[in-house]
Amino acid sequence: MKVFIKFDFTQFCSRILDEKLNELNIKYRMLNFGEIEFLESVPADKLKAFDAILKEYGIEKIENQKVILVQKIKDTLIDMVLNANEGQNVKSSVYLSDKLGHSYGYLSNLFSEVTYTSIENFIILQRIEYAKSLITNTDLSLTEIAFKLQYSSVAHLSTQFKNTTGITPTTFQRIIAKRRTLKSN
Amino acid sequence: MQEDYTYVVLADDDEDDRLFFVEAFEELKIKTKVDVYKDGIELMDALNQEDSMLPNILFLDLNMPKKSGLECLIDIKANNRFKDMAIAIYSTSASEEDIENTFVQGANIYIKKPSAFNDLKKILSDVVTVNWQYHTNGLDKENFLLRL
Repeated sequence: MKVFIKFDFTQFCSRILDEKLNELNIKYRMLNFGEIEFLESVPADKLKAFDAILKEYGIEKIENQKVILVQKIKDTLIDMVLNANEGQNVKSSVYLSDKLGHSYGYLSNLFSEVTYTSIENFIILQRIEYAKSLITNTDLSLTEIAFKLQYSSVAHLSTQFKNTTGITPTTFQRIIAKRRTLKSN
Repeated sequence: MQEDYTYVVLADDDEDDRLFFVEAFEELKIKTKVDVYKDGIELMDALNQEDSMLPNILFLDLNMPKKSGLECLIDIKANNRFKDMAIAIYSTSASEEDIENTFVQGANIYIKKPSAFNDLKKILSDVVTVNWQYHTNGLDKENFLLRL
């Protein structure tokens, strides 16, 4: 028997952080996802132990201010993409500078410098990834997916999908289905 | 982290193609390290060394003597040790059958070898950038399909 599993990364990571921080007896407060405030000064050897333990889980403390801000940009954008169906119809540039309190120009330059891609491309990539997961894990039709992701039409979604991945949504769906059949044989 | 480089490996029996490939990467802005092998056997021997460093992206020519790219792909997909590698098919063929079949067998990227060097640079740059996005944003590799 085969089952497909969906992960909630936020819950998963928060849980690990909580467990490990308690083990080390560090008092902390979770601010946002991926942002923790230590409520007391933590000795260097404890911090080192914290880093080492987290590394086993592929979690790393980010040191660089620029990288932190870029991570915030990403989190904000992903949040925007995943919650697109909740009726907010703001331009991403306005949304982003409102949320993070920096000008869009500054954020956009910083983002390109650190990630080798532009904010616009990142949004497209995230939307298409979200579309892919909806195609493979739900029964939603392309029309419904296009609507959910706030594309003006199925054609627009299909075109952007094709431009980003080089294949059409239908071909994508077929390939993933065939792969699953092949694996379960 | 950001200061990492992308480790790239190519298996291709054509010497000119190998040369262009290495040269194209030298001119990209993302840092890469590139190794090349001249057939599937050489490649698999190197990958199967227990302490070998595994590439982030492996480029496979389809038509190679001794062991074809498709045979390598199937072996690689059967071995859990290689599950984190992105696999790019790098071929002169653009037959829909080859493309769909290699995707179904687990390839992530299908590239039709371009004839102009500038096109090659653009394509390889796109591949490394998209792969980097998957890598740094924890995206689902199962859904990573790219045709260029």
